[in-house]
Amino acid sequence: MSTVTKADPAIPAGSARPLSAGRHLGDRGFALLALIAGLLVLVILVLIAVSTAQQSASWFSTAGWSGIFSTVWNQSTNQYGAMAYLYGTVITSVIAVIIAVPVSVSIALLLTEVVPRRWAQPIVYVIDLLAVIPSVVWGLWGIIVLVPWLQNTVYSSIASALNGVPVLGNLFGSPTSGASFFTAGIILAIMVIPIITSLAREVFATVPTTDKEGAYALGATRWEMIRGAVWPHSQGGVVGAILVGLGRAMGETIAAALVIGSSAQVTSHLFATGYSIPSVIANQFPEASGEFRSALIGLGLLLFVITIIVNLGARGFVERSARRMRGA
Amino acid sequence: MAAITGQPRGIDLTETSGWRRTKNRIATFVMWFAFIATLIPLVFVLYTVISKGVSAISWQFLSGSPIPANVMPLNAPGGMWPAILGTLEITGFAALIAIPLGVLGAVYINEYGGKGWLAKLISFMADVMTGVPSIVMGLFIFTIWTLKFSYSGLAGSFALACLMLPVVIKSSYEMLRLVPDQLRQASYALGATKARVTLTVVLPAAIGGITSGALLAVARAAGETAPLLFVILSTQTTNSNLFAGANTALSTQIFVNAQSPFVGAEERAWGAALTLIVIAFILMLGSRLITARFTRYTR
Repeated sequence: MSTVTKADPAIPAGSARPLSAGRHLGDRGFALLALIAGLLVLVILVLIAVSTAQQSASWFSTAGWSGIFSTVWNQSTNQYGAMAYLYGTVITSVIAVIIAVPVSVSIALLLTEVVPRRWAQPIVYVIDLLAVIPSVVWGLWGIIVLVPWLQNTVYSSIASALNGVPVLGNLFGSPTSGASFFTAGIILAIMVIPIITSLAREVFATVPTTDKEGAYALGATRWEMIRGAVWPHSQGGVVGAILVGLGRAMGETIAAALVIGSSAQVTSHLFATGYSIPSVIANQFPEASGEFRSALIGLGLLLFVITIIVNLGARGFVERSARRMRGA
Repeated sequence: MAAITGQPRGIDLTETSGWRRTKNRIATFVMWFAFIATLIPLVFVLYTVISKGVSAISWQFLSGSPIPANVMPLNAPGGMWPAILGTLEITGFAALIAIPLGVLGAVYINEYGGKGWLAKLISFMADVMTGVPSIVMGLFIFTIWTLKFSYSGLAGSFALACLMLPVVIKSSYEMLRLVPDQLRQASYALGATKARVTLTVVLPAAIGGITSGALLAVARAAGETAPLLFVILSTQTTNSNLFAGANTALSTQIFVNAQSPFVGAEERAWGAALTLIVIAFILMLGSRLITARFTRYTR
C-alpha cells in the first residue's frame, strides 16, 4: 500500500490509479483516530491498575499479607486490615445473587419461551426501569422505608423464632438490625436483576428453534421442553450471566453504603450490621489522608482485581459455551 | 415464534398426564410470579419517591440557590439549583467526551479491526470494563487528576465518561454490526474511501440505534454517585464553572442528605431524588422514542 511511488509497468496507462495522496491521508487519519479510541479502553484499564497501585503501595508494603487480611482496622495505630470489608462484600453479593438468580432466570424464560414477542418488549422495558433508577435512590428508599419495616416486622420476629436453633439461629438469630448484611443483599438483588435477566435472555434466545420444536414434537410440555432443550444448551451462558451479576453486586457502592449499617465485623449473623469495601471507601475517603487514604485506595485496588477476575471468568464461560454450541 | 412457543392447536395430540401438566402449570406460574415480585419494589420505590418528592418540590426548590445548610428548616430560602446545574453540566460534558470516543471505538472494532486479535481484545476488554465498579473509577480519577488539579466538575465528567465509554462502545458496535454489508460494498464500488463509507453511509444507517444506546448510557451515568463523591467534593453554592472549583450534583446531595439527621434533610433528599429520576426517565424515554422511530436495522 505504501510503496506506490513508481508506476508499475505491468499496469497499462489509463487504468485505475491508486487514490490521490490527499484522500489517502484523510482515510489513514480516520483509521488512526478509530484505533486510538479503541485502544483507550485498554489504556484506561491499565492506568486504573497502575495509578491505584502507586497510591496504595505504602499500605501494601507496611501491612504485608497478614496485615492486609487481618480484621484489625484502627486509625489511631495505623493498622488497616481488609478482612471484615472483604467478608461483607462477599456475603452481601452472594445473598444478592442467591435472591436474584431464580427471579432473573424465571423472568428470562418467561420472556423467551412463554409470552408472545409483542408482549415481551413492554415487560423488558419495565425490567429495565429497575436499572434506570439510580443506585442512590434505591439507597434512600432502603434506609428510610425498607430498613425500619424489615427491622420492626420481619427480622425481629424471625430472630425470636429461631433463637437457640442450632444452625439457623447462628445465621438469622439476634442481634438484629434493620441496616444489615441481609438488607444490603436484598437491595443489591433488586439492582442486579435487570442485568442477569437481560444476559440470560440473550443466552436463551440462542437456543436453536429446531431443538425446541423437536422437544415439542416428542410430546414434551413447555416445562419439559425448557428442561430438555433450553437448559442443557444455555447452562454455561447462564453461569456467565450469574458471574456478571455477582461482579456488579460486589462493586455496587452507594445503595450498600446506606443500608449495610457501617460497622465492620466478621459474623455469621446475616441480620447484623456490617460493612463492605465500596461502602467504606464512599463513607470514609473524603476525610482520609496519609496511610489511611493509601489503605482505602488499596481496598479499591483489591475490589478492582476481584471484579476483573469475576468478569473474566464470566466472559470465559459465555465464550466457551458459545463456541461449544457453534461446534455442535 | 408464537407458533412454537404456544401449545399446538387443532387435534389434541398433547394428552399429557395430570402430573406433567400440573408441573408445567406450576413452572409457568412461578415465572409470572417472579415478574410480579420484581414489580413490587419498582412500584413501591416509584410511589414513595413521587409522593414524598412532590411535596418537597416547588419552583423555589428547583431554581433557588444556595442549597440550605442542614441546620436550617425546610422553608429557608434557597434550593437545589446548584445540584441540578451540576448534574446537567457534569453529565453533559461526560457525554460529549464519551459518545464520540465510544462510537469511534466501535467503528474500529467493526469496520477496521475485523476479525483481528486487537479488535477482539478491545471488544472483550470493553465487556470487562463495564464491570469495573463505579467507585473504582472515582478512585482512579482521584489519583490521576484530582490529586494534581484539585476538585472540579471536570473530574466528575471524566469519571462518568470512563463509565459510559465501554457501554457506548458495546451498544454502538451491536448497531454497526446490523448494517448490511451490501451497503458498504456498493459505496466502495463507487470509489469511496473507507473513511467516507463509514462516515457517510455506515454511521448514518446505524445512527438511530447508536443514539438510543448512547442516551441510555447517559441516563445511567446521570444517576451515578460513587464516582463523583470525592472528585467534585460537595458544595452548597452554585458553581457554573465546570473546569474549576468544587461542584455538586443531585446524586451526591441525595447521599449527603439521606445520612443527615437534621430537619428538612429527608425532604430535600426526596425532592432531589424525584428530580433526578425525572431527568433519567426523560433521557430513557428519548432513547425509546428514537429506537421506535429511527432504527432501520434490527435483529
